[in-house]
Amino acid sequence: MATSISLRNPNVSLGSSLPSARFASPRSSNVTLRVPGEPMACPPPLANAGPSAAVETVSVGARPDRFGRFGRFGGKYVPETLMHALSELEIAFETLSKDQEFQRELDGILRDYVGRESPLYFAERLTEYYCRADGTGPHVYLKREDLNHTGAHKINNAVGQALLAKRLGKKRIIAETGAGQHGVATATVCARFGLECIIYMGAQDMERQALNVFRMRLLGAEVRAVHSGTKTLKDATSEAIRDWVTNVETTHYILGSVAGPHPYPMMVREFHTIIGKETRRQAAQKWGRAPDVLVACVGGGSNAMGLFSEFVNDKEVRLIGVEAAGHGIESGKHAATLTMGEVGVLHGAMSYLLQDDDGQIIEPHSISAGLDYPGVGPEHSYLKDIGRAEYYSVTDEEALDAFKQLSRLEGIIPALETSHALAYLEKLCPTLPDGTKVVLNCSGRGDKDVQTAIKHLQL
Amino acid sequence: MAFALTSAFYGLPSKRASVCALSHLPSLVALIPFITAGDPDLTTTSKALKVLDSCGSDLIELGMPYSDPFLDGPVIQSACMRALAKGTNFDSVISMLREVVPELSCPIALFTYYNPILKRGVERFMTIIRDIGIHGSLVVPDVPLEETETLRSEASRHGIELVLLTTPTTPTERMKAIAEASEGFIYLVSSVGVTGARASVNPHVQSLLQDIRKATSKPVAVGFGISKPEHVQQIAEWGADGVIVGSAMVRLLGESTSPEEGLKELETFTKSLKAALP
Repeated sequence: MATSISLRNPNVSLGSSLPSARFASPRSSNVTLRVPGEPMACPPPLANAGPSAAVETVSVGARPDRFGRFGRFGGKYVPETLMHALSELEIAFETLSKDQEFQRELDGILRDYVGRESPLYFAERLTEYYCRADGTGPHVYLKREDLNHTGAHKINNAVGQALLAKRLGKKRIIAETGAGQHGVATATVCARFGLECIIYMGAQDMERQALNVFRMRLLGAEVRAVHSGTKTLKDATSEAIRDWVTNVETTHYILGSVAGPHPYPMMVREFHTIIGKETRRQAAQKWGRAPDVLVACVGGGSNAMGLFSEFVNDKEVRLIGVEAAGHGIESGKHAATLTMGEVGVLHGAMSYLLQDDDGQIIEPHSISAGLDYPGVGPEHSYLKDIGRAEYYSVTDEEALDAFKQLSRLEGIIPALETSHALAYLEKLCPTLPDGTKVVLNCSGRGDKDVQTAIKHLQL
Repeated sequence: MAFALTSAFYGLPSKRASVCALSHLPSLVALIPFITAGDPDLTTTSKALKVLDSCGSDLIELGMPYSDPFLDGPVIQSACMRALAKGTNFDSVISMLREVVPELSCPIALFTYYNPILKRGVERFMTIIRDIGIHGSLVVPDVPLEETETLRSEASRHGIELVLLTTPTTPTERMKAIAEASEGFIYLVSSVGVTGARASVNPHVQSLLQDIRKATSKPVAVGFGISKPEHVQQIAEWGADGVIVGSAMVRLLGESTSPEEGLKELETFTKSLKAALP
């Protein structure tokens, strides 16, 4: 496929049956948003502010090509036993993306069950915080994926793949999970669709995300602890692959990120691209054009690809991914794959990954389990290589500060994963011209992280 | 013509069949043990290779320990973890092989996942293994047919044969393309699953062997799950050219009370398998 597959037929206009039209509020945006009694530090966002710049398209090559490659990245580096299943999956996905019935069903679930569309929220106090002494500064918006059912963006992909699995006649679902958010999303959709659900989770991760383990079991999933390797996400992924190799004929593997063998990176991206599509519409409604800067945390890379994908061809839009620097990238205890990794093959895809001198995959570290993956989606590797997206990293400490800060400034407790993106605003915002529109993907809420936070924060 | 079309479909240039290693071996049905390098330690691995050789193995597959062996079941996974914990790495395995290969009468095939090859660079990897006398085969389980172009051209430039795997889930047309592209022999994975001993052999193997026979005259070796003399005998009767026994061997070596004990058990076991073969 030379062009990326879109689940929404671009020829179908967004009619009134879709959430965006129903809930769009075209009221005037000249309302002044400020704390009563306090002077206005920064001007409020105005609709149609700024010139409507002509969108230039940039050719970035096939995303992916027929073999599932994004440039030199991607591919299908898996045992032969899985190759037929991957072909089947690819054909099914291609077929269903043109199937109006499937799209209607998916739209309906995203709307009525997941609660889409998620708001694009102007973070007034966060914006004020980044406002400079001379009154200039960027405007920061949060794309509220934390408000989705189950509290993160993960559900978008889980729902899409569960529906796909049903169409394939598969009754048994397996998944890997790090933080537990993807595991919870998968267990949720399996409960909703009556599918058997087995989640693989590293024994170490099960300890630090006990609440999510309980949730998965409550939802009817079997959670299997993985004791091999480093007992974390990469090992859970390996174990899920082993299960799939063994049960491929009856089982669908709901991979949780834009990693793994083709067609997963493309398919997972497409199920999440609704984030970016909604953002484009909402941005147009709120201020008349596309955002200037998109910021998202990157573990495997699914929430970031979900936001970025829509805008990859808009040269004017800056794409910024933020990885976990753990104890600092010099410390060797981090998960900053794109910054410190080398190209190799992990779990089916050629991509940047963290490895030692011998080519063994090393255990990454991050305070946030969801970013604690030594690989990264191949499309991110590609976007980095061609210079289309920029990738930075922030430490555990910086993420914890941001975790506290958003809670205090906006009354939103973000996931520790999301906190990494938020922390990067400290470095980013001072450099941005006045009125720059920044959309940060608020990929999840932080209720699941309070046990971890308690150990680190003095409140 | 059909093979050329099929190869083209998978993005590969069509190739003529290469010389098949197994057909040069003295045995009617080759015994191919597999062990993991470095478990319990490299000294024992070196001795084990000699034991296996002296018991009449026709080819020995040596597995490089890897951090994320996702085609391997619990036995080989544990072996990898133990070997890595002992500090086994590519360089130490190569040093061990450099010493022992000249003393062996049977060839060694290397089994490794792809990332450690990429780390060194494909060309450099091939040069290193050829220089220590690995003239046999290379098996890389996480590189399917579509992705093998670089590996195959470098392997062939260095006189190393890249063995490809076919499985019960592989559709017939694809199996034919794999058979055509595979060098040395064709590795038929006996069951839908990861490595690990099984109680009995998948009866489907018989018809799979027949299907492969229709497609090619290259030798076929069957692996995964084979752990008893009865299995080996059955597979030989069904017409395989070789039998690969992995986890059963690895368990004996890695989980015994001492390396010496493990080597003794390995010898007894290997002899029993050899005796079951024609």
